[in-house]
Amino acid sequence: MQSEAELEGFRNELRDWLEQNCPDEMRDGQNIETAICWGGINWKFTSEAQKQWLERCAAKGYTVPTWPVEYGGAGLSRAQEKIFHQEMARINARSPLESFGIWMLGPALLHFGSHEQKLHYLPPIARGEVRWCQGYSEPGAGSDLASVQTKGEDKGDHWLVNGQKIWTSYADKADWIFALVRTDREAPKHKGISFLLIDMSDPGVETRPIKLISGASVFCETFFTDVKVPKHQIVGEENRGWDVAKYLLTHEREMISGGGQGLQGGRALGAVLAESAGEGGLTDATLRADAMRCEVDALAIGMTLERYKDQAEAGTGAGDASAMLKYMGTELNKQRHELLMAAGGSDALEWDGPLGDRPADWLRTKANSIEGGTSEVMLSIVSRRVLGLPG
Amino acid sequence: MAKLVMTEDETMLADSARGFLDDKAPVKALRDLRDAGRTHDADLWREMAQMGWAGVLVPEAQGGSDMGHAAANVLAAEMGKTLAVSPFLSTAVIAATALRQVSDARAEKALAAIASGDATYALAIDEGNKFAPDNTAMQARAEGNGFRLSGKKTFVVDGALANRLLVLARTDAGLTLFDIPADRDGITRNRQNMIDARDSARIEFDDVQATGDDVLGQVDDAMSVLRPALEAGQAALAAEMSGLAAGAFGMTVGYLKERKQFGTTIGSFQALQHRAAHLWCEIEVTASAILNAGRMLDEDPDNAALAVSLAKARATSTAQLAVQEGVQMHGGIGMTDAFDMGFYMKRARVGAEWLGDYGYHAEIVARERGF
Repeated sequence: MQSEAELEGFRNELRDWLEQNCPDEMRDGQNIETAICWGGINWKFTSEAQKQWLERCAAKGYTVPTWPVEYGGAGLSRAQEKIFHQEMARINARSPLESFGIWMLGPALLHFGSHEQKLHYLPPIARGEVRWCQGYSEPGAGSDLASVQTKGEDKGDHWLVNGQKIWTSYADKADWIFALVRTDREAPKHKGISFLLIDMSDPGVETRPIKLISGASVFCETFFTDVKVPKHQIVGEENRGWDVAKYLLTHEREMISGGGQGLQGGRALGAVLAESAGEGGLTDATLRADAMRCEVDALAIGMTLERYKDQAEAGTGAGDASAMLKYMGTELNKQRHELLMAAGGSDALEWDGPLGDRPADWLRTKANSIEGGTSEVMLSIVSRRVLGLPG
Repeated sequence: MAKLVMTEDETMLADSARGFLDDKAPVKALRDLRDAGRTHDADLWREMAQMGWAGVLVPEAQGGSDMGHAAANVLAAEMGKTLAVSPFLSTAVIAATALRQVSDARAEKALAAIASGDATYALAIDEGNKFAPDNTAMQARAEGNGFRLSGKKTFVVDGALANRLLVLARTDAGLTLFDIPADRDGITRNRQNMIDARDSARIEFDDVQATGDDVLGQVDDAMSVLRPALEAGQAALAAEMSGLAAGAFGMTVGYLKERKQFGTTIGSFQALQHRAAHLWCEIEVTASAILNAGRMLDEDPDNAALAVSLAKARATSTAQLAVQEGVQMHGGIGMTDAFDMGFYMKRARVGAEWLGDYGYHAEIVARERGF
């Protein structure tokens, strides 16, 4: 535990650093899809400021503030991390880097990876040099994820991987994929899966984007045809990949639930609605009442996220909280975007109209309660594991 | 701010409170009081006082245990689980917080009387059918060095059992809060037959005399004393309602596991599982808002309005969902008076109205969030 004085010292130092290093263009608080820096071998920075901001943060470990310093992080404690987010929010700074490497693979590697693997894979993630995607779902394995059929045949020094993944977000832009592969076809379905790291540039890896209702193609189909994956590119033990997958899903769910950003640090929904309702502000009584309810719930869910982080740090365990947060956060986010569309009226009905990405963002949220486990799967998890009802 | 995790002390307090309440104040105690036409158990309150609950917000110098608002909320939540009957919120939370805003010998004496269990208070604030302190019309007419109070108050919770009243009335240039004995000449208290079987009165004030000494805080400035007291009360009531929701939920999940239909336990049906799981999620989220409100009241009381209203709004909607699902999932038996769920439903309805309903507090949240 750091003393109050030490924490204040950290805050002041950080504040100065941010003041001097965060470019003005990066202080607009934008967190929409087009403003995000995803990094990767083929990443094209949208501005010099975006590049500078990433490089400066990476040099301090601030792209992954809580990771250990030797793996590219800043080694911040939970208390310092809170301060970090507060100070970033204070100047409305954009996140320097977002990626599946940060949200998902990183935490999984930190927990299950060998020291060598951590040293090899984590720093490039932290510096935004390698972009990862997640190969979980398959056409026949959606909610029933453990039914994955993509197979890896043992060929001595490597696995020969064949099969198809679907809903692989940004697979067409990613450099590497972490994938669930069946390496033992005889074992019960949860016991025959391995967690493999695969280079997307390997021969036999193909991707095909899927056009979504929002017009965007963030999801892809990914095909593996006789892809050779060296044996050292496995996380955890052979056939124990489900443990890694489950651990990682909790991180994914927390991320999709809205994290610390959208729900609490952000602007009040009512204020945003009032703005887009135009002159006179939020006069529609029904809309205003819905917005108030949404705001109440958003604040309380944000606090719950904080509470679980505090509990996790205190070692009292958050249990199956991630399922709850994922369910509550995504359902709320969908409501929020329904209200944003209603407030926008006919202006929100035009692609690239006066409200920009609003219709696309609205449609994007419909995937929130499906990806990473549907709301119904989340409720079943709570029912079985928390309430002890028969599964 | 302190962490949003129950401290070891708070967990111990909750455990010991639960043990006591399960033994001395289960739902059956409320049922027995109701059936006997009573709304107060003086012996129970005396025991609570001996354990330091009446003085939970009273300084140690006045004989209190001075455990703070988060601890008061822990106690209120436990009382909510068993629907324990006591003047805890009116007296130990609202009146004690109001009195603590005033530092004079008379307030110290009053605080000591609360801690010992001798003084019981009720807050006479509502005049219409909704909580709206700013619209108070009851007059306190200046006369000589004192005042004459005339008017009517309604939904005075614990108003029939209390031996003292905090009365909000309009004076020349604002609102003034009075602290007077409940049996003063000109006061007529009519206990009402409440749906939750708890104590509440309609009270008439007919030219009731009050002196300058009876004023709590400054004349025309009730709110600097009353606002912190209301916020403390709203947060503790929210805690009670979250406990109520947890109590009703526990009964419901228990029933899902034991009740058999179609040859299996009804808890194996996904339609019910998902509704029960949703309710648990709501209860968890509300628990965060309650914990946060307690921390804010203890650490930054001048800026606790948002946290308190958030807690009360969340607790109101969660408790109402819990009791509605509770009755529905119990089926026919949930509708019977012989079964306890109805007591939870009726208390939730009263709690929803007391000290501001969902809309009242959601408006405050909206205002605090800038819309």
